[in-house]
Amino acid sequence: MKQCLLCENETEMESWLPFFGAKAPVLCPRCLGKLEKITGPSCRWCSRPMEEDGLCLECREWGESLFAGNISLYSYNDAMKELIARFKYRGDYALAAIFAEDVRRAAKEAACDLICAVPLPPSRLFERRFNQSEALIEAAGLSSIPLIGRMESEKQSKKSRLERINSEQTFYPVGDAGGKSVLVIDDIYTTGATIRRVAEALGEAGASTVKSVTIARSGA
Amino acid sequence: MNAYFAGRELIDEEIPTLPDEHIATRPAIHMDNGQPRCRRCNNTTNFSSHHCARCSQLCLYCRHCIQMGKISSCTILYRWIGPPPKHPENAGTMHWTGTLSDGQRIASSNVERAIVHLNEHLVWAVAGAGKTEVLFHGISSALAAGKRVCIAAPRADVVRELAPRLAGVFPDTPPAALYGGSPNLHTYSPLVITTTHQLYRFYHAFNVMIVDEVDAFPYTFNSSLQFAVQKARKPDSALIYLTATPNTDWQAEVKSGKREATIIPARYHRHPLPMPKTKWCGNWKKSLLPSAVHSWVKTKLDAGSRLLLFYPHIDTMEKALPLFKEIDPRIESVHAADPLRKEKVEAMRRREIPALLSTTILERGVTFPGIDVAVIGAEDAVFTESALVQIAGRAGRSAGWPTGDIVFFHYGKTNAMMKAIRQIKEMNRLGIERGLIDG
Ligand SMILES: [Zn+2]
Ligand SMILES: [Zn+2]
Ligand SMILES: [Zn+2]
Ligand SMILES: [Zn+2]
Repeated sequence: MKQCLLCENETEMESWLPFFGAKAPVLCPRCLGKLEKITGPSCRWCSRPMEEDGLCLECREWGESLFAGNISLYSYNDAMKELIARFKYRGDYALAAIFAEDVRRAAKEAACDLICAVPLPPSRLFERRFNQSEALIEAAGLSSIPLIGRMESEKQSKKSRLERINSEQTFYPVGDAGGKSVLVIDDIYTTGATIRRVAEALGEAGASTVKSVTIARSGA
Repeated sequence: MNAYFAGRELIDEEIPTLPDEHIATRPAIHMDNGQPRCRRCNNTTNFSSHHCARCSQLCLYCRHCIQMGKISSCTILYRWIGPPPKHPENAGTMHWTGTLSDGQRIASSNVERAIVHLNEHLVWAVAGAGKTEVLFHGISSALAAGKRVCIAAPRADVVRELAPRLAGVFPDTPPAALYGGSPNLHTYSPLVITTTHQLYRFYHAFNVMIVDEVDAFPYTFNSSLQFAVQKARKPDSALIYLTATPNTDWQAEVKSGKREATIIPARYHRHPLPMPKTKWCGNWKKSLLPSAVHSWVKTKLDAGSRLLLFYPHIDTMEKALPLFKEIDPRIESVHAADPLRKEKVEAMRRREIPALLSTTILERGVTFPGIDVAVIGAEDAVFTESALVQIAGRAGRSAGWPTGDIVFFHYGKTNAMMKAIRQIKEMNRLGIERGLIDG
């Protein structure tokens, strides 16, 4: 018997779990049940749930770029909000294990040549002790290549939506992607502004295309 | 120096500016024979690790107390070892005009003696005996002597309820009420009322440590709470426990004289505790509202009674509710996660609800004058001896209505039921023997 990573309950090996690719469950059925997988039709660029498959209005505005799309795995509901806060802000690194299988499978489906983490500004990294994006990659048993760096910046979450979209580029190339496709893995997709800046910097590092896998899709 | 630092042991994120002197430090995670131990919460089993951007090493962290701010291998704990902050003038002056019952008076002087002599003492006071008042004299003399006093309570709502009462009694020494989200978290006071979680942040701070409702702490008085209490009190300090129903071990220790204790077997209003009855009701999980319960409820409501009905689990309770609503549509149910819990309890107080179904969350604290109480499925494991004693303690609380019916409806009698009844009977016997009960 194992203890659930989120509560005091014990986890149970349900007969259906192996179909989801799980080894031993890290969450009890109750906590697992609170997480909502994104299924059904969605925007092919940003994973926004939609009436039918296609491009959402916002993504049409972004236009063509080397960013070839995002896959989000879960909706950003209350349980996910709490989980990500505990993982990222409280610093409970162990929670990355919850998504190991999901991330591994999504990365395989994305079929990119390289995997890259989203760097944190240096002072933020020191404060948090680890980078959530790297933690998700490590927990999934994947390896990443440092292709971009990040400058110090003001806190993203304090900015308004418009400010965030218009914010200056803080990512810069540090490696050589050599014309290969790059997959970026991170915790939340909100407006897509961050990932597009990342893609831009990766393009400067020589990436041919950039895709992203994110745990949660926030925003309407 | 921020006065609030005194007596606390904190991580750097919790200290706005670290003073240059009078600081003692130690690593927050201690390796004990190759096994890690968190010095804030004493966890030895629930750790994880990752490569750490601060110390550039594989770094352990404690998962048990992470909600209070992360403790890692590279975390340092800081504490203030300089001169203690000055206490208010008139600290401990008591502004209280109430009087103690005979039972309370004995407990009060035993508590005060234990506080003066730095002893351990248990106050076993039945529900409605008035256990808080028993502390006033002891707290007063400790505060007057320049000592620091802490009351640890099992839940934030108990802290919030105790704080204004004590602020009224000791207006010169307003207590710091500590719970998650409290406005007092950074306040220094010689008198502290706190949840266990906040207690973890103290180190050898208190000359008097009072643990309220020992039996009610989550998972009973568990080892991590023991640890928090021992860490927060000074090595030379008094330790007072309050309970309405001690666990079996402590009951035995009291009886054999191994544990120094004062029993207050009678209520403040000097009437005996109403005795619970047991009644077989068949398979209540199947019938949800067994006919024995149905006819009891109907008779009681027709006679104008108000009822508190306990179910062991939310699901059976929710399934039974529609059947109760057929008797009276105003009947409601509450459980721990119910967002309308407060509103429903208030409506019950205002007599707008004739009967309230509840899980064990209302077993303590809540009082409604003149109610009758029933437990449906009393044999369920959640109804321990102490839970049943607490539930029975809801009836007959007010002097104006000192009696009340208590029925344990069951599908097979349990030891816990019989022990609870025996405990209540024994308290009444003691109360009469000591002349604390009239008539
Ligand atoms: Zn769980
Ligand atoms: Zn889109
Ligand atoms: Zn800890
Ligand atoms: Zn470290």
